[in-house]
Amino acid sequence: MKPAPFTYLRPDSVGEAVAALSAHGGDARVLAGGQSLMAMLNLRLVEPSVLVDISRLEELRTIRLEGNMIEVGAAVTQAELLAWPELDEQAPFIARALPWVGHFQTRNRGTVCGSIAHADPSSELPLSLTLLGGEVVLRSASGERRLTAAQFQTGMLQTGRRADELITAVRFPAGVGANGAAFREVARRHGDFAIVSVGAVASGGGSVRIGVGGVTDTPRCIEIGAELSSVDVVERIGHLAWELGGYDDVHASARYRRDLVRRIAPKLIGEVRACSA
Amino acid sequence: MLRVNTNEKVTVTFELNGRTVRGEATPRMLLTDFLRGELGQTGTHVGCEHGVCGCCTVRIDGVAARSCLMLAVQAEGRRIDTVEGLAASKDALNALQRAFRKHHALQCGFCTAGILMSFSDYLSRNPNPDEDEVRDVLGGHICRCTGYAGLMKAIMEAAAELRGARTSKGAPAQ
Ligand code: FES
Ligand code: FES
Repeated sequence: MKPAPFTYLRPDSVGEAVAALSAHGGDARVLAGGQSLMAMLNLRLVEPSVLVDISRLEELRTIRLEGNMIEVGAAVTQAELLAWPELDEQAPFIARALPWVGHFQTRNRGTVCGSIAHADPSSELPLSLTLLGGEVVLRSASGERRLTAAQFQTGMLQTGRRADELITAVRFPAGVGANGAAFREVARRHGDFAIVSVGAVASGGGSVRIGVGGVTDTPRCIEIGAELSSVDVVERIGHLAWELGGYDDVHASARYRRDLVRRIAPKLIGEVRACSA
Repeated sequence: MLRVNTNEKVTVTFELNGRTVRGEATPRMLLTDFLRGELGQTGTHVGCEHGVCGCCTVRIDGVAARSCLMLAVQAEGRRIDTVEGLAASKDALNALQRAFRKHHALQCGFCTAGILMSFSDYLSRNPNPDEDEVRDVLGGHICRCTGYAGLMKAIMEAAAELRGARTSKGAPAQ
């Protein structure tokens, strides 16, 4: 199908983009790479009356290290982050998860921030944000604020962004996972929506932080202490899977999703423990 | 700030396969429809229209992407390459196209343009891919006719031929 009619705005600066959002608020949508939004427009799942295109804003096309945070601007594509020479060293977990985001052809245009803004429960980047303890930078006419992953992603395709706010960047703590990072996902076809995705990073003192996507409305993380034996880990993950519950859809049943968590998560924990030992 | 109202038409100008082209578009017109309907370039196909099948893949500033997920107005000033631009002339297919013909990598041809455009970008960035890497990129396309064996053979062979051409010109293979 084709999108319903809308007015197209292409601001020349972040300031203009923010002004457009304060004028049009809830009637507007922000267009960056369009890899989620354009599909939703074509399917008429959303029918905004205004589209604010930020894809050309040079100010938002930067990846930089600021203190111990990696800041990725809102117009940076997934392919650009993947090609960032420091990715392996500064963000080993993202280096592992990013090749699973969509396909080569969609990563070429899809943005890092856009995927997080879309807040799909099975997406890899929202899981990364939660697992690594990153934050989302939002700007409006009244100033800037930063939200943690939990404050930002409030439900399935739901976020804490106010209608007049523009996501200008996401920030990930640098170096998390340097002592061990692993990612695995199960999908019908590589690049399709994950049925379940699981990530793990060494979080200091022998602990492993594990995150699960695709089972509940938002990604969920827990800490696995060094004191837990591998038998305890299996039990702990069993409890987690049960707590998560999961949902049935055309791709998989809730039960299958829980089963995947039980199978994948202990393996990843073992892998990360082996790296960090 | 550029503003184009709902039913207003604007002139969109970009470089298509090395030539400057222009046409009229309303904001909601997709690049696919602009290429096909406004410019009459029907080599780019439309399947799912929501980013899944890959048959609409073109190169935007050299980079393979879905043209059904881009607005015509966004193409302003860009360099767009489509399947029409691959062969130097009617009887001079490029290496990828020759390999497709040789290995029966197409049947109805519906998916073909998109796959050619993906790999014309991918092989220029990764001239020496292994089969898994090629399969991964091919995963961004759906072909309902051939199965993928012929496609795999054709792409691997074209990659080897392109590497050969590069080295014989004295440029490094990698
Ligand atoms: S028509 Fe664009 S991906 Fe299917
Ligand atoms: S050749 Fe018919 S869909 Fe691929």
